Amino acid sequence: MKRQDGMKRQEAITRKVSRDMNDPWEMDRREFMRKIGGGLILSFSLGSIPLAAGIPQREEDEVNAYLRIGEDGRVTLFTGKIEMGQGPITSLPMMLADELDVRLEDVDIIMGDTDLCPWDNGTFGSLSTRQYGQTMRGAAAKARAILLEMAAEELKADVDDLRVKEGVVFRVSRPRKKVSYADLTNGKKIMRKIDEAVEMKKPDEFTYMGTSRKHVDAYEKVTGRAKYSGDIRVPGMMYARIVRPPSLGAKLTRIDTSGAEAIEGTEIVRDGDFVAVLNASQDLVDVALAKVDAEYEEEKPEVDDESIYQYVIEKADNSRELESKGNLEQGEKRSVQVFESEYHDPYLAHAPIENHTATAWFEDDRLIMYASCQTPFPTREDIAEALGMPSEKVYLKQVFTGGGFGGKIYNPQAVEVARIVKLSGKPVQLVYSREEEFMHDRLRPAATVKLRSGIDENGRMSFWNYDVYMGGTRGATHFYDIPDHRTKHHFVKRETQDIHPSYNYNWPHPFYTGAWRGPSNNTNTWARESQVEMMAAAAGKDALEFRLEHLEGDPKMAEVLRLGGKTFGWTPAVGPSGRGYGIACGIDAGTWLAVFAEVKVDKKTGHVQVVRCVVSQDMGLVVNPQGAIIQAEGGLIMGLGYTLSEEIKFQGRKMLDKNFDTYSIPKISWTPEIEVVFVDKQHEPPQGGGEPSVVGIGGAVANAVFDATSARLFRLPMTPERVLEAIRSL
Amino acid sequence: MKETIKFEINGQMAELTLDPNTILMWAIRNDLEFTGTKFGCGIGFCGACTVILDGEPVRSCMLPVSEVAGKKLLTIEGLEQNGELHPIQEAFVEHDAQQCGFCTPGMIMKIYGLLIVNPEPTRQEVLDALEENFCRCSAYKQIIEAVQTAGKKMKGGVKV
Ligand code: FES
Ligand code: FES
Repeated sequence: MKRQDGMKRQEAITRKVSRDMNDPWEMDRREFMRKIGGGLILSFSLGSIPLAAGIPQREEDEVNAYLRIGEDGRVTLFTGKIEMGQGPITSLPMMLADELDVRLEDVDIIMGDTDLCPWDNGTFGSLSTRQYGQTMRGAAAKARAILLEMAAEELKADVDDLRVKEGVVFRVSRPRKKVSYADLTNGKKIMRKIDEAVEMKKPDEFTYMGTSRKHVDAYEKVTGRAKYSGDIRVPGMMYARIVRPPSLGAKLTRIDTSGAEAIEGTEIVRDGDFVAVLNASQDLVDVALAKVDAEYEEEKPEVDDESIYQYVIEKADNSRELESKGNLEQGEKRSVQVFESEYHDPYLAHAPIENHTATAWFEDDRLIMYASCQTPFPTREDIAEALGMPSEKVYLKQVFTGGGFGGKIYNPQAVEVARIVKLSGKPVQLVYSREEEFMHDRLRPAATVKLRSGIDENGRMSFWNYDVYMGGTRGATHFYDIPDHRTKHHFVKRETQDIHPSYNYNWPHPFYTGAWRGPSNNTNTWARESQVEMMAAAAGKDALEFRLEHLEGDPKMAEVLRLGGKTFGWTPAVGPSGRGYGIACGIDAGTWLAVFAEVKVDKKTGHVQVVRCVVSQDMGLVVNPQGAIIQAEGGLIMGLGYTLSEEIKFQGRKMLDKNFDTYSIPKISWTPEIEVVFVDKQHEPPQGGGEPSVVGIGGAVANAVFDATSARLFRLPMTPERVLEAIRSL
Repeated sequence: MKETIKFEINGQMAELTLDPNTILMWAIRNDLEFTGTKFGCGIGFCGACTVILDGEPVRSCMLPVSEVAGKKLLTIEGLEQNGELHPIQEAFVEHDAQQCGFCTPGMIMKIYGLLIVNPEPTRQEVLDALEENFCRCSAYKQIIEAVQTAGKKMKGGVKV
């Protein structure tokens, strides 16, 4: 069969981009500056252009990206951001092509290579488009202005008389007078640092932004050609396994590696408690690891997956008020009904299908590494520190990363593989087993939310008293019109954490914790929106109407809700209506969002099937609508995991989940019908799209389960057993 | 106790001298360097390592290499023919059915196994077939659409 033209063109871009991803040029920075050849080379920092929420990432850094308009007319962006499936490899070039008036096919992007790209603190928080992309657009607009000045000189024309089309500048008055970017930069080498913004394009001037583009890396990914860190092969490479304790914090008391060493080709390296087994065969290294005989002294278990919710309340020794207004006591006095709830949300694993992986070796005195990671630059610093080397001596190259979701912000595997390479003197690949992936993950923290609120005689919310314990602040404050309210976050002081060194500043969490797609906002939005619908039902009001009555102060949220309701076909009813409908709304990564869900609950088994969802978002300019829809749909389905099935089971600092046999993530049959709609805000700056929908799904489904069954669950995930129990205790 | 094992992979004969208990997934990835086949869990749960063995999708992390002696293996690298994508691959590109792409090879091979026996699966048949192939990016909606598109393309007389 013949491929359509569009696809061929797509493929040409894809091959080019992916070549760079798969085979980053092998050269050092100085060489790079020489080889970069002629052209206009611009550097800019996120702090220098007052456009987006641009904050300098590190004060000492003057540069966060390079942009080159080469002698061949091609535009290349060198950025420290990485691609892990969320799409900047597609959306950033779209933004560049529009600002520079070049064809998308003429834009290349080199990502995350620590030699070629300037420092970047990492790819997370849905910042690539809204912060980085905006700043980059400003720099590109400035580059275009510089090129126009050059063209004005060349064509002896006034800048006002010039236009650009596909990288060619021409005079409006005499269109045959023209010069290309390539000709303008030919034989020249102009280096400029950009520290001011010029005006960016308006939506009606966009060619690419606002149109749907397919992932440019698709070709590589569907053919198996896309390389990930575990696909790198180096001559003489050994596979490594680390001898792990049964629980975090356990101390090695005795070890005998002779059994392992008896396996052909096995080597052992050791540095104190850090023991690794190496073999040129990935099978044999596992066989050898199993023969290591080690004993540990484990810490006394203090907490488990049932007691954790009280534990975090007891251990929190500090708090911060995030907002407060009015007088809670008076608010409570005016209430005709008071609602007191406690919400429990467990630890979650990121569980990307690609486990943490790294491949590394020495070239002379330089450590070269490919690591699956969201943060190549900070990771390089960690490695340099661990090995006692200057960071220029560590070079992280970039290939594709098999999903991150926040879990690959932290890269213990990169530091470990570096230590093993140093100890063994050999090229080494370390691929975490699924068990290691779970145990050494920076989990979404377990949290408790205590909420006390009320309604007055008119059925309006009268007061709101919100305490979140250890869950984090993102999304904790509400946006409803409530006269008397207060929000507080409770946590543990740094000094207290210092007393527990083996916890790595995560005490009292038994495991390491970190950012899980939509960090803390999943917990907070679920708790808040559950409480709101509980009160709506008690007030005898429709859940959508009830919210809108309290949103005079936030018309943006009201608009998002109205659009979502219209798309969903919401008709007013007082819950529990038996229809199985639920709503949740929230704010995340600069985006206002609402999720509408319809569920079917099997009252005999407790099984919840989410059959239909609408996601409504106000995310400003939608750079790549198709990309944004896919991110919203993916986030929503991923969020069904924390809503319905995912929960880390543990005893003390021993994790009981070791693989997907007990830790269950969303499967294809869970896929509901989904419609994603955007409030039309193309003239406003773009906002985050990777996380918002995940934040809303938990609350929407919890409310829908209540609407279907009259049972309200205060603990996630809503497993069939818990749903059954809640129905039975009605 | 190494043995020499011969089998066909992606239309070519392979001959490996190795421990016959070597896990097929590692033999494919490390000895033959077809790294498109991925490791995700190692216990047969995620489907990232799915390949086609004599026309049937199997999980290569669950088989010793000795099982494939004299048989035919097909991995993701063997689908493209003369520079032309297989209809399933084309459909994935069209529907943006891959995000991080890590589950994609296993997913496509599992779909291949479905479509060669049932080119017009119902939605339910698609779900049943792919239930144990995990996509953490949750590109499931696009994957379902891609399967249906691919089935139509293959039914239109395309070689499989
Ligand atoms: S790696 Fe084989 S099923 Fe997961
Ligand atoms: S595309 Fe990332 S796991 Fe499926």
